[in-house]
Amino acid sequence: MTTTVTSHRTRPPAQPDSLRAKRLPWYAAPAIAVAALALSAVVVYGTGIGGPVLVVVLGAILYLVGLFAAANVVEGRRSARNRTWSALIHSTFVLAVLPLVSVVWTLVSKGADRLDVNFFQTSMNNIGARDANGGAYHAIVGTLEQVGIATLITVPLGVLCAIYIVEYGRGKFAFTIRFFVDVMTGIPSIVSGLFVLAFWVLIVSPWFNDGRPSFSGFAAALALSVLMLPTIVRSTEEMLRLVPAPLREGAYALGVPKWKTILRVVLPTALPGIVTGVMLAIARAAGETAPVLLVAGGGAAINTNPFENSQSSLSLFVYQQAGDASKYAPARAWTAALTLVALVLILTIAAKLLARRNRLSR
Amino acid sequence: MAKRVSASNVTAYYGGFKAIENINLTVEPKTVTALIGPSGCGKSTFLRSINRMHEVLPGARVEGSLTIDDQDIYDRDVDVTAVRRTIGMVFQRPNPFPTMSIFENVVAGLKLNGVRKKSILEDAAEKALRAANLWGEVKDRLGKPGAGLSGGQQQRLCIARTIAVEPQVVLMDEPCSALDPISTLAIEDLMFQLKDKFTIIIVTHNMQQAARVSDRTAFFSIEKTGDPGRLIEYDNTQKIFSNPSVKKTEDYITGRFG
Repeated sequence: MTTTVTSHRTRPPAQPDSLRAKRLPWYAAPAIAVAALALSAVVVYGTGIGGPVLVVVLGAILYLVGLFAAANVVEGRRSARNRTWSALIHSTFVLAVLPLVSVVWTLVSKGADRLDVNFFQTSMNNIGARDANGGAYHAIVGTLEQVGIATLITVPLGVLCAIYIVEYGRGKFAFTIRFFVDVMTGIPSIVSGLFVLAFWVLIVSPWFNDGRPSFSGFAAALALSVLMLPTIVRSTEEMLRLVPAPLREGAYALGVPKWKTILRVVLPTALPGIVTGVMLAIARAAGETAPVLLVAGGGAAINTNPFENSQSSLSLFVYQQAGDASKYAPARAWTAALTLVALVLILTIAAKLLARRNRLSR
Repeated sequence: MAKRVSASNVTAYYGGFKAIENINLTVEPKTVTALIGPSGCGKSTFLRSINRMHEVLPGARVEGSLTIDDQDIYDRDVDVTAVRRTIGMVFQRPNPFPTMSIFENVVAGLKLNGVRKKSILEDAAEKALRAANLWGEVKDRLGKPGAGLSGGQQQRLCIARTIAVEPQVVLMDEPCSALDPISTLAIEDLMFQLKDKFTIIIVTHNMQQAARVSDRTAFFSIEKTGDPGRLIEYDNTQKIFSNPSVKKTEDYITGRFG
């Protein structure tokens, strides 16, 4: 790109006589596309070197070349470049969306098999390899409780930490906190699981449990908190920094104390962004398998008490079912995966709506 | 209601940089005082040090003494929020709170300082909006967002917000620089009315505006870039614009500066 700019600088384009320019007819682009696909199909099937995927890929390349050539002849070089780049950008977009569509489609089509009422009402307790039923009720309860507790722990902690860094922190101490939050972002989930296993399950939990270590949903929530905290701190920090300084000054100039300015002016302004950050953290935590497996055990029975005994979660359920030696297990795994995605989606939409309700309708 | 502001030997710093040096000036109650001068001469810095907004920036500090009716606002035991409630400020760019409605914006100062009673807030909002010449335009849409108003209306909303807390001094930092001539006129008219109740200090780059609205004018200037700003001349507006006693002032107002 830079070379084209400099070449324009050194040799300014001649002033056009007319502001009008020749344009390709509207049907040119679709016609070139059809021709490119046809040509590519002839080449691919004629030589017998590939299938439909190659036809599309080759067709796309031929389309770009053909479009550039046609536009170059009729409309000139600048316009040809414009058309080619637009077409490239659009195809990149399609390329980026394809995996997403594919994932959603696979989940829905394979998950639909066991998407019945029974799945949401039963657990895997006493379900053997030959039993077709069984469900994820216990896993859904586990996910909701563990992620819920983790959110209750991390949102106040993370938002307050971000407020400290942005509004109060000066000098070395704030810098150190930021540095360690960055380091925390990179902690692998298995390490956070091991940390909670060593600290909470093996050392702290025996105090409450007659001296024996115990798995619990709460331990899983702690491990998820370690993973969620840096995400929430960093995203909240970015959002708080985006709040314009004149808004804070406007509030100070009214004699509003700093803490109240933060609470009533800065936070509401940044709220939609903070909610997005929290939802990203929740989505990440809900998908974590390893820490839950390490510290919550992943029992097959329904256990609504997060503070005692083993609990499962949806992602752990998917992991267990996908590897289970039963012909009915894969269907349960797919449905659980679909449920997990739907759950996160519903939570995200609900949070966005709640955050928007506080803002004024434009 | 209105109070006398006097500065003696006020020097302000941004970290190691000295922005203004030894400013001595007294502003009488119920007058409009204009601060004029070239960019970077410290007018805004001086204005912001009058209600202790200067120190909001990290590393910024003020020396010397600034008194409001013989009370030094830089005394150790002075509550900063009380100072800012007494001395309101209107900024260069209108800055209504985006998450609040027009009504909430006007009463933000009262509400955030603990006034809860709805009838008091409603009365205060109407009074402030009327004083800011905005009531007629917004009375039917008080629940709509403040950010949805036009630039001139937003600035008058910010003025309403400032006078709703009933300060004694109102500082204005180039309040019309982002506005069209009609909105500017509306705000200048407003200053004439507000003069009955408040002491007004305004920073402006528009010398016609200074001549139109102010009773007294202070001219600030710097020797060269990097030097602290100083007060060159402070006198009745009439005198400054017709017969200034310092050559530098004359050069500036006649456009021969620099």
